[in-house]
Amino acid sequence: MDLGCFLPVGTRASQSIAVSLDAQVPDEKSRAISRTQENDPAKHGEQHLCQHYSIPLEELKTILPHGLPPHFGMQVKTFNEACLMVRKPGLELLNYLKNTNFANPAIRYVLFGEKGTGKTLTLCHVVHFCAKQDWLIMHIPDAHRWMKNCRDLLPSVYNKERYDQPLQASTWLKNFKTSNERFLNQIKIQQKYIWNKRESIEEGRPLGEVVEQGLTRVKSASDAVGIVMKELKRQSSLGSFRLLVAVDGVNALWGKTTLKKEDKSLIAPEELTLVHNMKKMVTNDWHGGAIVVSLSQTGSLFKPRAAYLPQDLLGKEGFDDLDPFIPIQVHNYTPKEFESCFQYYLENRWLQHKKAHTEEGKKELLFLSNSNPWQLERLCAYL
Amino acid sequence: MAAPWSPFAATVTSFLFIRSRSGLAQSRVVWKAAVTKQRTVAGTQLLRLLHSTSPTQKKNVATSGRNEYTVAFIKKQIEEFNIGKRHLANMMGEDPETFSQEDIDRAIAYLFPSGLFEKRARPIMKHPDDIFPKQRAIQWGEDGRPFHFLFYTGKQSYYSLMHDVYGMILNLEKHSDLLRAKDLLSQKNKEDLIGSRWLIKEELEEMLVEKLSDQDHMRFIQLLERLLTLPCGSTEEEYIQKFRRTIPVQSKKKLIEPLQYDEHGMAFSSGEGKRKTAKANVMVYEHGSGRIKVNGIDYLLYFPVTQDREQLMFPFHFLDRLGKHDMDCTVSGGGRSAQAGAIRLATANALCSFVTENEVEWMRQEYSPLSI
Repeated sequence: MDLGCFLPVGTRASQSIAVSLDAQVPDEKSRAISRTQENDPAKHGEQHLCQHYSIPLEELKTILPHGLPPHFGMQVKTFNEACLMVRKPGLELLNYLKNTNFANPAIRYVLFGEKGTGKTLTLCHVVHFCAKQDWLIMHIPDAHRWMKNCRDLLPSVYNKERYDQPLQASTWLKNFKTSNERFLNQIKIQQKYIWNKRESIEEGRPLGEVVEQGLTRVKSASDAVGIVMKELKRQSSLGSFRLLVAVDGVNALWGKTTLKKEDKSLIAPEELTLVHNMKKMVTNDWHGGAIVVSLSQTGSLFKPRAAYLPQDLLGKEGFDDLDPFIPIQVHNYTPKEFESCFQYYLENRWLQHKKAHTEEGKKELLFLSNSNPWQLERLCAYL
Repeated sequence: MAAPWSPFAATVTSFLFIRSRSGLAQSRVVWKAAVTKQRTVAGTQLLRLLHSTSPTQKKNVATSGRNEYTVAFIKKQIEEFNIGKRHLANMMGEDPETFSQEDIDRAIAYLFPSGLFEKRARPIMKHPDDIFPKQRAIQWGEDGRPFHFLFYTGKQSYYSLMHDVYGMILNLEKHSDLLRAKDLLSQKNKEDLIGSRWLIKEELEEMLVEKLSDQDHMRFIQLLERLLTLPCGSTEEEYIQKFRRTIPVQSKKKLIEPLQYDEHGMAFSSGEGKRKTAKANVMVYEHGSGRIKVNGIDYLLYFPVTQDREQLMFPFHFLDRLGKHDMDCTVSGGGRSAQAGAIRLATANALCSFVTENEVEWMRQEYSPLSI
């Protein structure tokens, strides 16, 4: 801290150099506010509200290979630890999930809120919980990414009117495999699938082979995704495993795309294989799991910046499709949460400005960010 | 009314149109006087002098700078001005004894309406001291010897002023040595110096009717400061006050609105601000948590750029009142940066009612480019 450098210094090595005597006592107190030792989301309760808990990095790689927002990923790399804050919407969701009745059709939970309030990270918290509880996680990190920037669109083999996206599908399959390794051998497919004249998969083979097929033959990756989804949906009702469908940016499925066909006309989302299969997953005609989705304006196409309510972002069609759902709103930081986040940054020596640890500095940050987590993170990045 | 008119018309025209004509006429008169002088002095050189009038005569005519107006001429102009003033008062039906300069200006604007945009090109009637530039009397006598002992320095008034001030300093030092020996030294108080400033170079030049350089001015001010450090009597104080001008304290001009109370008993104050083409109206509530709404939208959404939000933050941060007030603003016009600046000024104006006078003055100095 006294090195006077303006680079964000957060690695463990520099922490040991820059420790000063007067930082000892505030450290204990701030740790009490901002951190908790309880690393199992299942045991998180009211007493852990506003506190950060850390996810071990090895678990992070398996559970959330592709789910974290990019800035958070950079923060994880800088601080060498992944800490999520326990917040009220997350706790609410965890309570619901703990008390789900798996005989009923899957309930849809929709996380919504203004831009930058923490919906994606709450989703990651939930995913972590479910992974620890040994659910099968189907996590789509950002559905908006399927709607734009796709170089390789292929007309689908299975259905002439639809379009495949091999690259996105194969990336997703790879991450799915990393996170659900142990299930892939247990689950057996219940139908024969013919890829083309030479290749087919028999009934009773493990699901892992479908995934392998999708990974090796990239052209059929989208169809592989479709098969995986269909099988999982069918079999989760049998009760051998519990399925969590987590989609971030679900409003993309009913929005618009910027992809064009060869005759330069816009593709509607329904004409994409991935989207078509995804929509089937998000309908609640199966049981044995839960569907947790979040709306996102950040990557969305053709939506105004101030839109955050489900009606605005989903549109009429999307709202009707998702109806009925349980809405959970994620707000900006409460004063206690802000304090906790601030202490967390201070502990990691992230705030290097001289006035950063004074009361005035905190008030300034509070004003400038208006307690918005994303805004606070952007501000602190340059302090 | 022919009789009263004609002298007045003559005086007015003389004032209005006389300058260029008089310049040449007067200098010719002076030359003529100098030429006759030379004729009486040297008889043998008469022939040579008769041919060459201009170069030799010019030396005796002017001192430093242009000297077209003699003392007699100025005196005559002053008499004509006073007579003209009385005539003008009679014409306008006012009392000649109490006819002031503002009345003259109003009368002239009425009698000679002018549509010219440049105010200085319109007809004026002012005292000759204001119109003709101050100039120096001829500095040397008939024998060619200058009157002042410092004439050959080139800036005689300036150096004589420095000389006087230094003399005063020496006297005061002697006096204070005596007092210190008797232990009667009194402390200086600096209060009379607050609210006034030293003369600037242009004002000093005007006073001395001499051109000065920046260093001269600086030296003079340093000498005066040195004089101030010594214990001064009342004569010295008066002398120094001649070289000081008061600065009007501008915040006295601003009316501080008292706090208004709305229906819930909450105190609030409103303020207006402008910047470029943006106008903002702001209502600051006394007790709050730092919630701000601009045109009904939260300020984080209205100003996504951090720089604009920093502008909103400054007034509160300056007075250490972050998070204590709620605010509602309406703003229109301009771009995002201009709107942020307008809201900032309006907030500062509104906060004046919550804050003591000293802090208002402090704020004004902080914001002087934006001029509360």
